[in-house]
Amino acid sequence: MIKILKYSFFDLMRSRWSYVYFAFYLLLGFVLLFLNTDVSKAVITLMNVVIILVPLMGTLFGVMYYYNSKEFIELLLAQPIKRTSIFIGQYLGVATSLTFSLIVGLGIPFLVYGIFKSDAILDFSLLLVTGGFLTFIFTAISFYIGLSNENKIKGFGYAIVFWLFMAVIYDGLFLISLIVFEAYPLDTFSLFASLANPIDLSRILILLKLDISALMGYTGAIFQKFFGTQWGVVIAMGVLLLWVIVPVFLIRRKALKKDF
Amino acid sequence: MITIENIHKSFGKIRVLKGIDLDIPKGSAVAILGPNGSGKTTLMKSLLGMVVPDQGRILLNNTTIDRGWKYRNGIDYLPQIANFPNNLKVSELLKMIKDIRGAKTDKETYYIDLFSLHPFLNKKLGTLSGGTKQKVNLVLAFMFDSPILILDEPTSGLDPISLLVLKDIILGEKKKGKTLLISSHIMNFVEKVCDTILFIWEGTIYFNGSITDLKKNTKKDDFEHAIAHLLKSAHD
Repeated sequence: MIKILKYSFFDLMRSRWSYVYFAFYLLLGFVLLFLNTDVSKAVITLMNVVIILVPLMGTLFGVMYYYNSKEFIELLLAQPIKRTSIFIGQYLGVATSLTFSLIVGLGIPFLVYGIFKSDAILDFSLLLVTGGFLTFIFTAISFYIGLSNENKIKGFGYAIVFWLFMAVIYDGLFLISLIVFEAYPLDTFSLFASLANPIDLSRILILLKLDISALMGYTGAIFQKFFGTQWGVVIAMGVLLLWVIVPVFLIRRKALKKDF
Repeated sequence: MITIENIHKSFGKIRVLKGIDLDIPKGSAVAILGPNGSGKTTLMKSLLGMVVPDQGRILLNNTTIDRGWKYRNGIDYLPQIANFPNNLKVSELLKMIKDIRGAKTDKETYYIDLFSLHPFLNKKLGTLSGGTKQKVNLVLAFMFDSPILILDEPTSGLDPISLLVLKDIILGEKKKGKTLLISSHIMNFVEKVCDTILFIWEGTIYFNGSITDLKKNTKKDDFEHAIAHLLKSAHD
């Protein structure tokens, strides 16, 4: 599996899109820090971008890479390698190279601006960790979608719709249900509703750490009331981890059954 | 020795293999023949575990292959359509597969010479012609020197010279006592290389025996006519 991971990782590192992705974060970091010299404010702005963009990139790269490497997969399947190692190895290759671009791309500008001397170092690392989680989650899900759909167009469609649902539609539905069921106690409902969406969860996680109640919104406030900051962070991390493990498990199951 | 017991496989509503029973003794050269879509490739892929049969089992030297992977160390496979990662160079591909397989072999240079692939070693696989890709495919299939060879339409896209080279290689491998499974539509190639004929018709074995048996059964002296006769009688 390590060998497959290595080949996928370096294959992607050589591709143009990884450079574009890396350059984008580099530019974003520098521009943000140039516009507001306060590092912790830059972290908040960055969060809003990262939380939407990272899942989108994870989704697109995941599904694209799966379809592009179909030939490679077929070649490997005839070799004495475990099936699960092929698929999990490729998935980890994509997810690590994306995370690598994210961390290095954002890390350089913040390093230049002296992140180590500021108090925001913990917040910034949390942002990177969440970004990493989101990459692993959405790449895994889009890989699974690719694996389940022979038809490229369909696979792409489902993957994009999934991202759109999680990033945009989910919040809309959530707000509507809050308004419609105003008369009822909605604490538990909204708590679970936010656990069920990794993007919401990441937002809450970062805001909890930053302790900005004004930005936290309804779910964030409930989250903090329910778990407290310390436990809130631990639980949110745990659920994010679960969001990685479950799709990886699904990939494994699908890979064992599929015919080529 | 390969034993196939009652293999069934459907893709959706299409039943591709409908109960195949087969014994392939060590060292035999079997030709798998049959019209397009009769299940030849599916049968070969089941042996490699690329297709998981719905029913039945496959034994290799009396151990079932059931979702294992180590047994593939003993099999070399030539896929029907040479699909390679397009952005890799030929030499990179060979090195990579060697590394992934963890095999130390330098046989590839011998086959690269045979198929005169030297000018293409530093070209990307995406830019190669169909025939050249097939040659790369052949190098990959032969270089590990495993006891079982599964070749799915090895002749496709080859020029007459390469075809002769291929014939010689296969006859050489046969002499070494390897087990060969070959599917092809070129009858005189099959006749020269194989000694057992396995004719598959709509997912079942229609004929299994030597070439002489086939000629006797169909009362034809010519192999090509015998196969044509077999096909016609299958249709009736």
